[in-house]
Amino acid sequence: MKYTLLIIFFFFYAGLSASTIRVGAKRAHKSIRSAIEKAVDGDTILVDAGHYKEKNIVINKHGLVLKGIDHPVLDGEKKYEIITIKANRVVIDGFKLINSGVSSLEDLSGIKIYDSRSVNIRNNILENTFFGIYLSNTIHITVENNRLTASSVEEQQSGNGIHCWKSDSLKVIGNVISGHRDGIYFEFVKNSVIWRNISKANLRYGLHFMFSNDDMYVNNVFRNNGSGVSVMYSNRIKMFSNYFEENWGDAAHGILLKEISDGFMEGNYFMKNTSAVYMEGANRIYMKRNVFENNGWALKIQASCSDVVLEMNNFIGNTFDVGTNGSLVLNYFKNNYWDKYEGYDLNKDKVGDIPYRPVSMYSMIVEKYPPAMILFRSFITTLLDKTEKILPSLTPENLKDSAPMMNKAF
Amino acid sequence: MNKIIKYVITDILRNRIVLVYTIFLLAASFSVFSLEDNSSKGLLSLLNIILIVVPLVSIIFSTIYMYNSAEFIELLLSQPLKRRSIWLSLFAGLASSLSIAFFIGAGIPVLIYQANMIGFTMIMTGIILSVIFAAIAFLATVKTRDKAKGIGASIMLWLYFSLLFDGLVLFILFQFADYPMEKAMIGLSALNPIDLSRILILLQLDVSAMMGYTGAVFKEFFGATNGLIFSFLILLFWIVIPVWYSTRKFNTKDL
Repeated sequence: MKYTLLIIFFFFYAGLSASTIRVGAKRAHKSIRSAIEKAVDGDTILVDAGHYKEKNIVINKHGLVLKGIDHPVLDGEKKYEIITIKANRVVIDGFKLINSGVSSLEDLSGIKIYDSRSVNIRNNILENTFFGIYLSNTIHITVENNRLTASSVEEQQSGNGIHCWKSDSLKVIGNVISGHRDGIYFEFVKNSVIWRNISKANLRYGLHFMFSNDDMYVNNVFRNNGSGVSVMYSNRIKMFSNYFEENWGDAAHGILLKEISDGFMEGNYFMKNTSAVYMEGANRIYMKRNVFENNGWALKIQASCSDVVLEMNNFIGNTFDVGTNGSLVLNYFKNNYWDKYEGYDLNKDKVGDIPYRPVSMYSMIVEKYPPAMILFRSFITTLLDKTEKILPSLTPENLKDSAPMMNKAF
Repeated sequence: MNKIIKYVITDILRNRIVLVYTIFLLAASFSVFSLEDNSSKGLLSLLNIILIVVPLVSIIFSTIYMYNSAEFIELLLSQPLKRRSIWLSLFAGLASSLSIAFFIGAGIPVLIYQANMIGFTMIMTGIILSVIFAAIAFLATVKTRDKAKGIGASIMLWLYFSLLFDGLVLFILFQFADYPMEKAMIGLSALNPIDLSRILILLQLDVSAMMGYTGAVFKEFFGATNGLIFSFLILLFWIVIPVWYSTRKFNTKDL
């Protein structure tokens, strides 16, 4: 009984205290800043459509909900950071943020969140911001359904789309990011999920991971980024059903795995990348049921990798299936489908009877002497590859799939 | 002169080999384009045909044709005609019929499926390669009187340009692996018309991105207008020099 009263009391207290403040040209509050000044913890601020030049909006009251009606425009006039959040449980919903200032010293952003938890950023449109959404030392933030577009040309003059630093339990869901330096950037971020985002035409990486452990990314599309996706110095990353497409260029790759341990990749689709997967110092990576199609190199696996397992992947129409730089091979290939496999299957168990060696002689030569690439698609390289297939001498003896599939693995 | 060219062309058309060659090219290019699901991959497959089949057919056919028409040449020489104009019109007739065959056989399918800069470069290089190898065949025939020897020489020349030269390039690369060879490679590629054509076409296709630093150096050179002009000039030299030299030889040749 005692508790019921208490609960009812809190219920009413909360109901009474949270009021709604409206902002607009015809409302009592003409500016969002004055509305925030007036507001107390837990209030809702509804903003009418319009063009607001508010300099820097700082939100320092807990539980504020800022909601834009028909995407009111917040203009940073190319000088200011637009929204700065230093409070917990804040919601920013339905704004259009344009033209933040550019400063590498202060990392000016569209929305920046400092030392907060449980903030929700959703349904916003960010155009021409330096950094888009910037999370610094935060916990349990949701960034959902935002559209970020920047149009910078130089890497030094542009910031990241969604930049996350030293955070925990983030959810980055359904955002569309283009034209930034890195689409999504993770550094020291733990236990987070990146789901259903589209990151395309960014200057450097579509997704950039550094020192971030126990994260997962699922169903994302990374297309046509300067150099693809980079996952470095991280442990226990899970990657499911992502699309890595058209990362085509001199130093571009679908995904770069550098110093990664205990990763898991399943159901990813790599298409038209210069090199689809580039591995360096990767340990204990398990790759299963991925599709590699029409890439320059499907896999570049340096000799510094160990215990990488590739199982039931499809390799179709790649110029080179696997490239490597040494003769030491501590990785395992089994039951993959290789379209270049020329073996036979006498006992009809759908597994080829002779092993497939995915490293061609020419790819070894190119790895050692890059200028040999000028003989690309010449008669002699085809001839060399054929002789090497019959009598392997230069290609690593152990790099082979001893049970290649006759038909597509799935 | 025009009369001789006309005569040579009708003679070549009558002997059907060039006709079969045209039909082969047509069939190969149409099947390549319809087999591959995107036409740029079809172009890549066609590239191999252009780089191997076209030089081979041009050089062998021209050599055999020249030996077979030795009596015809002697007949012409008994007429009041300049040796130079006889030789050049023979060359013009052969080269133009081979080029026309290539244009109909491979050019038309390429124009249908890939009417862009890449396709255009491909047709151009194909035609130039046909002419170059006809010129080289003329050189081979003027040098030797013996038919077997001449045909052997032209086969060796084809083998050299399409295979041995690349082997040499590879050898040089291995020997000088410690030095920056990218620029030198440009010079080396000028020494072989097949290599030069291959690089020109590959740079038009976006596979150049795969070629890394070397590709970048090449793209910078051949991608620019000057580089393009330079490479087409080199290809022209490959026609002019053998033709000029064989004409000189033919002028003083004791038949």
